[in-house]
Amino acid sequence: MGREAWSLWEVFVRSRAGLAHQHVGSLHAADAEMALENARDVYTRRGEGASLWVVPATAIVASDPADSSSFFALDEEFRHPTHYVVPDGVTGI
Amino acid sequence: MYTQGLDQADALPDEELSERFEAKVAAEEKVEPTDWMPAAYRTLLTRQIAQHAHSEIVGMLPEGNWISRAPSLRRKGILLAKVQDEAGHGLYLYSAAETLGVTRDELVDQLLSGKAKYSSIFNYPTLTWADCGAIGWLVDGAAIMNQVPLCRCSYGPYARAMVRICREESFHQRQGFEIMTVLAQGSPEQKAMAQESLDRWWWPALMMFGPPDGESVHNDRSMRWKVKRFTNDELRQKFVDMTVPQAHFLGLTLPDPELSFDGEHWTFGEPDWAEFKRVLAGDGPCNKERLAARRDAHADGAWVREAALAHAEKKRG
Ligand SMILES: [Fe+2]
Ligand SMILES: [Fe+2]
Repeated sequence: MGREAWSLWEVFVRSRAGLAHQHVGSLHAADAEMALENARDVYTRRGEGASLWVVPATAIVASDPADSSSFFALDEEFRHPTHYVVPDGVTGI
Repeated sequence: MYTQGLDQADALPDEELSERFEAKVAAEEKVEPTDWMPAAYRTLLTRQIAQHAHSEIVGMLPEGNWISRAPSLRRKGILLAKVQDEAGHGLYLYSAAETLGVTRDELVDQLLSGKAKYSSIFNYPTLTWADCGAIGWLVDGAAIMNQVPLCRCSYGPYARAMVRICREESFHQRQGFEIMTVLAQGSPEQKAMAQESLDRWWWPALMMFGPPDGESVHNDRSMRWKVKRFTNDELRQKFVDMTVPQAHFLGLTLPDPELSFDGEHWTFGEPDWAEFKRVLAGDGPCNKERLAARRDAHADGAWVREAALAHAEKKRG
């Protein structure tokens, strides 16, 4: 197409105060300002958001799916409350 | 967020990876962009999501034709909002397709060069205002029928895009049905306009579900990989069962003499599959016009895309 492509941005929306920003999708834009305006037009046309973040996709560092079995290993059951047996008759624990 | 095209687990032989993949999909686990997937799955998803995106984009044209002539300011506002939604749907879907490793430019090229397909329905003309009603009611109605099961598709980014889209489609269908209701309850001329529009859109709407199950090429694999959940004929039947009572409410007649109720379902006649193939192959009433409109829009927007980049460059200093 003979032109430099607009870069990829990831979009995060806080749906209302008190909630965390959540990833909703991505879009292309020439710069941050345009990314923010496009994100508003594309992802918040029905009042879905009280705040928007746009992040250059290249700025995100992701874990490697090939490592996920060791990276997210779950072999320490004792970290979970369900590991412990609460004796019958004991309440409030 | 989506690092692309990395087949990370390449230390394992393909057969084993493929077995794991099949087991995962069978267990209703989602596939994400960086996961290993069979090349055929990637190809199938890329093609389907791209076709879907193209359909949303080309789908803006038939109704766009009436924005400047909507009968009231309220209708104009609604129609603008609806067409804007379809642009958004195209964008969600292009983004989902890009996570599979294809670029936006490649996707746009495929559409503009005529290489890619899009839904046959958008190659029919919008001749009267009632067509905006019939499209919302029938075309968006059929789209919802197709899209709701896609919210559970095995490919995560596609499924998530579909959730957003489905949330917006219901407005599209209702505003269309409202247009039809007003016309059907209006003057004899208005009712005749609604009926004439229904006569033209009914069969093309049924064709939106694709060829009959026996002839559908990708059905088996699509079902196994949990991309499709229902067959074309199953969805078509659901759509007819849902729509016939709505047509009765409007006091309009569906253009199918074979339509009858068997106590559970509405049986209906066979769509003209020769027409379907013709339209899909590029020989419908508006194929050339639609592609020309897309090409012009893309060419006319080139200076905007370039100027935005130059502006961004300048600001960076
Ligand atoms: Fe749509
Ligand atoms: Fe729609």
